[in-house]
Amino acid sequence: MNSILEVSQLTKKYNAVPAVAGISFRVSEGSCLGLLGPNGAGKTTTVEMMEGITFPDSGEVRYRGKKLGVQFKNRAGIMFQSTALQDFITVEESLELFSRLYPVQMDRQQIIEDCALDEFLDRETSKLSGGQRQRLLLAIALVNDPDVLFLDEPTTGLDPQSRHNFWQLVKKIKAQNKTIVLTTHYMEEAYELCDQIIIMDHGEIIAEGTPQALLSRYFDDVVIHLPESPLIAQQQKQLADRLGLKRHPRHPGYEICTADITGAVQQLIRSEIPLEGMQIRERTLEDLFLELTGKALRK
Amino acid sequence: MRWQRFISVLKARDKEFVRDRSALAWNILFPLLIIFGFAYGFSGDQMERYKVGVLVHSEPAQLEFLKTRYTQFITIDSSALQQAVNKVERHQLDMLIDSQHRRYWVNDSSPSGYSLEKMLQGSGGKSYEKQEVTDQQVRYVDWLIPGVLGMNMMFSALFGVGYVVVRYRKNGVLKRLHATPLGALEFLSAQVVSRLWLIMVITTIVYLGCDWFIGFAMYGSYLDLFLVFVLGAFSMISMGLIVAARVKSEEMAGGLLNLLSWPMMFLSGVWFSLEGLHPVIQKIALIFPLTHITEAARVIMLDGAGLSVIWPNLLALGLMSTIFLFMGVLLFRWE
Repeated sequence: MNSILEVSQLTKKYNAVPAVAGISFRVSEGSCLGLLGPNGAGKTTTVEMMEGITFPDSGEVRYRGKKLGVQFKNRAGIMFQSTALQDFITVEESLELFSRLYPVQMDRQQIIEDCALDEFLDRETSKLSGGQRQRLLLAIALVNDPDVLFLDEPTTGLDPQSRHNFWQLVKKIKAQNKTIVLTTHYMEEAYELCDQIIIMDHGEIIAEGTPQALLSRYFDDVVIHLPESPLIAQQQKQLADRLGLKRHPRHPGYEICTADITGAVQQLIRSEIPLEGMQIRERTLEDLFLELTGKALRK
Repeated sequence: MRWQRFISVLKARDKEFVRDRSALAWNILFPLLIIFGFAYGFSGDQMERYKVGVLVHSEPAQLEFLKTRYTQFITIDSSALQQAVNKVERHQLDMLIDSQHRRYWVNDSSPSGYSLEKMLQGSGGKSYEKQEVTDQQVRYVDWLIPGVLGMNMMFSALFGVGYVVVRYRKNGVLKRLHATPLGALEFLSAQVVSRLWLIMVITTIVYLGCDWFIGFAMYGSYLDLFLVFVLGAFSMISMGLIVAARVKSEEMAGGLLNLLSWPMMFLSGVWFSLEGLHPVIQKIALIFPLTHITEAARVIMLDGAGLSVIWPNLLALGLMSTIFLFMGVLLFRWE
């Protein structure tokens, strides 16, 4: 696939503190790239340099082989992490305002339908719910029928239902062969939407690849989850030595990471550990994230 | 500059302003309240202090009368004789004295003029020749209205552009617009034009409202007055752009805008004539656009002056507008 965006040796410092430390990567046309990282990892700075909003100290971003310029601005759609719209302006007027700022405009009715804005077109933007507001901001990012769409933590603060609805919208946009660059705190979101993932920490890329490839590269095991039990508590040290059992860091219960499920279950039976409530799950991006950064994503 | 982008931003800003009912109402009510308040407050004969203009020649005036207490003596250059006589006609001066030519002017319909005339005759001025003038009295409210209209324009221009753009910068509206192909010149022009025409509409409403309710003097050309107000509003909007150029917090913007507006409010001759002030302060006042707006509007409305009189004010406003606009655009940052 052709690269639509090329990021080369990008660096940015704020008050001598490096926010982004010489990162390079490419974004394939029509793909969805996810930038993940704990707070302060440099995701937003990276995305804003890719958007042309923030200027790098060194390095460059190229769009279709050229430096970012007017052509890029005309073909990019941006949804910032937090953005305000002018007061006393309705949803429809906001769409009209932003549409007219671009030489090429997407059919407005189509955007309204795609982003399900019909119900509140006449409402002032300050009176929208969180989900409605995010849909409007996405619609505004689409008014110029962009080739590249930047979504910076688009579902932060939304309830689960609104978040899933938003994912459906993004999938619809993805199906139109648009390139998406997404930063998110939600691993599930990255897994659902992204073809390619970059994990950042301290301004550097610490892992890069497709979600499946990354999981296969770092893990060859599954996770057995066991609920709280007095018998496990009594034998915790022996089970830790034999099976690597450990307390779950954030939830009640225990975890065993193993590639040999049968052997582990037999060992548990031999130790007379009750298996009621036992769950076996595959490794997730959250595990990968914790493994690589040592931090919970929402810290 | 793409006109479509400019017009879109202009329309959005207009809608935002017009739909903000409380701000709109305040913009109209504020000057009305001030004018009505002063019209009521100064409707009686409450001004007790006399004002006497003294024409200055090469030789200092030696006259006992000029030591009279509770009387303000304002020195006037002899070259400004006609303007001074006009002020006596309009009751802005109670008396004018020319000691070299031993003559004085009083308005026949002025009680203060009558009292001063008697005092002059009893204080060494018996031989002075009376130059009688008659004309319609200019009330304090007539004198006040041009300045109050200018002051309202000042607040609307400075805060309506300076404060609003800083708010846009703080809440991310500017950042979002910067992500589009919209240029700084297109954005700023839209802000200026939007505010300019809204100021003119509001000023017209306030002007008509005051005229309807209390009536006031207007002897000059409406076209000249319009020109003064348009250029004046433009210069102060441009001044607001300098504050808006980089400031990131509304508190800071508020402080800076107050720093600009308060000295202008008190030193631009809105409330009282600058003639009695120290010459240095009079010079300082000339750097304020509001001084030129007030001066020019006042001579148009009260003296019927035309462009040949007010051109220095228009030139000053034009120069200030150019400098402020240039600085504002040059310093502007989206973030």
